Amino acid sequence: MSDPRLPRATVNAALPEDVILDVRNLRTYFPTRTHVVKAVDDVSFQLRRGRTTCIVGESGSGKSITARSILQILDAPGQIEGGVIRLRSTGRDAQGESIVDLTSLHPRSRAIRAIRGRDIAMIFQEPMSSLSPVHTIGDQIIETIRLHEPVSKSEARTRAIELLRRCEIRDPDIAVDRYTFEFSGGMRQRAMIAMALSCNPQVLIADEPTTALDVTTQAEILDLMRELQTSYGMAIMFITHDMGVVAEIADDVVVMRHGKVVETGEVNALFADPQHAYTKKLLDSVIKLERRADIKPAEAAILGADTPTILAVRDLSVTFPGQARFLRKPAPGVHAVRQVSLELKKGESLGIVGESGSGKTTLGRAIASVRAPTEGNVLYRGKDGVEVDLADLNGPALQAYRRRVRMIFQDPYGSLNPRMTVGQIVAEPLRNNNVATGAALRARVADLLEQVGLPAEVMERYPHAFSGGQRQRVGIARAIALEPEVVICDEATSALDVSIRSQVLDLLIELQKKLDLSFIFIAHDIGVVRYFCDRVAVMRLGEVVELGPASQVCSAPEHPYTKALLSAVPHPDPTARSMHLRTRYSEEAS
Amino acid sequence: MLLSYIVRRVLWTIPFLFAVSVVVFALIQAPPGDYLTTFVAKLAESDESIDQATIEVLRERYGLNEPFLVQYWKWISNLVQGDFGQSFEWNQPVWELIASRIPLTITLMLSTFVFAWGVALPIGIYSAVRKYSIGDYFFTTIGFIGLAMPNFLLALVMLYIGVKVWGVHMGGLFSDEFEGAPWSVAKVIDMYSHMWIGIIVLGTAILASLIRIMRANLLDELSKPYVTTARAKGMSEWRLILKYPVRIALNPFISIIGLYFPALISGAVVTAVVLGYPTLGPLMLQSLLAQDMYLAGGILMILCGLTVFGMLISDILLAILDPRVRYE
Repeated sequence: MSDPRLPRATVNAALPEDVILDVRNLRTYFPTRTHVVKAVDDVSFQLRRGRTTCIVGESGSGKSITARSILQILDAPGQIEGGVIRLRSTGRDAQGESIVDLTSLHPRSRAIRAIRGRDIAMIFQEPMSSLSPVHTIGDQIIETIRLHEPVSKSEARTRAIELLRRCEIRDPDIAVDRYTFEFSGGMRQRAMIAMALSCNPQVLIADEPTTALDVTTQAEILDLMRELQTSYGMAIMFITHDMGVVAEIADDVVVMRHGKVVETGEVNALFADPQHAYTKKLLDSVIKLERRADIKPAEAAILGADTPTILAVRDLSVTFPGQARFLRKPAPGVHAVRQVSLELKKGESLGIVGESGSGKTTLGRAIASVRAPTEGNVLYRGKDGVEVDLADLNGPALQAYRRRVRMIFQDPYGSLNPRMTVGQIVAEPLRNNNVATGAALRARVADLLEQVGLPAEVMERYPHAFSGGQRQRVGIARAIALEPEVVICDEATSALDVSIRSQVLDLLIELQKKLDLSFIFIAHDIGVVRYFCDRVAVMRLGEVVELGPASQVCSAPEHPYTKALLSAVPHPDPTARSMHLRTRYSEEAS
Repeated sequence: MLLSYIVRRVLWTIPFLFAVSVVVFALIQAPPGDYLTTFVAKLAESDESIDQATIEVLRERYGLNEPFLVQYWKWISNLVQGDFGQSFEWNQPVWELIASRIPLTITLMLSTFVFAWGVALPIGIYSAVRKYSIGDYFFTTIGFIGLAMPNFLLALVMLYIGVKVWGVHMGGLFSDEFEGAPWSVAKVIDMYSHMWIGIIVLGTAILASLIRIMRANLLDELSKPYVTTARAKGMSEWRLILKYPVRIALNPFISIIGLYFPALISGAVVTAVVLGYPTLGPLMLQSLLAQDMYLAGGILMILCGLTVFGMLISDILLAILDPRVRYE
């Protein structure tokens, strides 16, 4: 008897010495009114001390539900239907180990609560919403410590500060009394990790912990996790959809699809010789994005000296005014875009790359005339050959400009009105601009849907019936409905699974050839830009730090910031882990 | 940070109250005629008459024929110095009339407030956590009946039940033996044994929406990732619900104090008339009917002042509760 709190469900079967958690034939179902969703269907894997196991899969593969099943923190109506989850639990108070079957414990029992946070800790994807906004960081860490260990408040506080220091948070004794909204995303995730480590867990479950972060921040967090694993010796279960991250940190890999494990293996073996067709497909679609698309003509063919410029941005600045203050001058504004100049050649794809807050989206919106620039001009020379300045346009002329320059948005869920059918969504710009009515309109919509690879019958259906990739196709059909010349894609593929991503990119390339489009492609993902773009502008803090042909910027960057950005991108090759060799960019170095 | 926020908030009430005073005065002046026209009409009803010259003299003396701005200026400049003017009808200083009724008015409002919020909070939490349970439906039904029924009707029904079932008149605030007696514990108990009817009548009117607001807010919060985080830490279910989502769902619950304060006050006017409470409500109704402008203006200003004060309190509470408000 190791711990009076967890005696009941002891399973005594042989378990290899270094296995801490053993999941056998786990099945977790979500019964709905009409049928049962088998979110996790017969999943088995093991977590070993000191090793990182990556669970990789696309959205809906059941990887998060697996993690939640281990801790029994499933949202209703999810239920564990069968299987065994054995945890080797070390008694804290001294003698021996015991093996507990977690599935036999009631989700609200004291026994499972004693394991959560103490033996198995978990960190989540969204560091902003995963921490309470109205409690201090310290409060939330101290609480975890005191839940599991009989220590005084001041003792727990000292430990919390030490944990924050271990997680490389600056001035931990001040940070402990701060609120989450005073922290940046990376800092929040560090605080989250500090909280997870507060009771020395044997297992750390990380559910997409770096997905919401910039690549440079992601690299820092992965570094930190690796280092903490070395010193704490815990087993890490790392859930991700990013094969690059898997190659960078995994020791073992579990590939999941539709709630089932399709392949398990050691990372080098799995990458070198994937057995299952799905693993191969997943790896191929990632590797495909590592270089320029085959179906694109050569860079030089597009960037010829005689290619006319279709759109030019001259010294463009956008400033967000500061908040009005009582009896005082308004707060200083934010310079989202500063003095940016660039040109878009006819028929090219210009990538705009940058981390969050770099001003890339604001720049795109200024060009699309969604937001008026504070200074500078956008000059546009369309098919008719007349150059117009966006600032001088109004009324019908502005409407004409907006027909020529269209946008595709990031979120395929939020950017389609859920109460309109797909047909109505695609027809809306045509209707608003009185392009077509009646049967002609229907025929045009059907044609547009066909062009983006959707059958015409989908017209009558609502967006909720479609997957993310299909919805993004609808968004593309809407964008090309008015036969534009310039299309601005704002992170158009970021929310899509990797196998879908290359399909959508290929579709855009096809359309570009067919409809003679020029793209401004805003992205945070260098891989996508390298695949899709001819030239790349790198933005940082509202300025363009580097602009050049994609082949040059992505393989031989000149600016130190671009170098740092590129070196932080994980590559899907476990034999050439390079992230720890990355260069860092600091203000002084520039 | 918090202090400067409160100071700023308090300073903002000054221009706001000034604007309110203009509107109040304009509204009182809006109906045709003035106190004297009503007075003459009343005299005529009882077959008495007063000659035109006397009326003109009176009008001159009360300053009723002066232009709006002059009258307003006289009123507001005195008001700032604490002089609410003289009631025509009662022939007493307005402030004395009001002051005698303010404590009971505030007591009624605060008691109703404590009742409504105190009852709505636990029910709202229960309804959210046990969504679509029998208890949830039960409380929702009760709440909506209260919401749908007008205050005065409920008050009348309660009075009727009182007479029919117990054979007592439940109006008023004090039993005969305590009327005019000095304050004592026994008198307070006696007062509440009468006032609970008014509290329930006023409280049920807003109870349903308070429960719905608390329920909807908490439902939104219950599915947030930070709740899962707390669960993954090993906290017990009720403890984590009370510490995290409830704490955040409280924000709108607190900020609507300011919104419901005026509703409470205006509802209290009609209810107090029906139940015969010696609060400001009946006095205001009477003064408006008689076009007793200084009295009506004084009462309206006090009620608006209470409303502004209520909003101030809710804003300050919100700033204490939510660090994000403080840091803006």
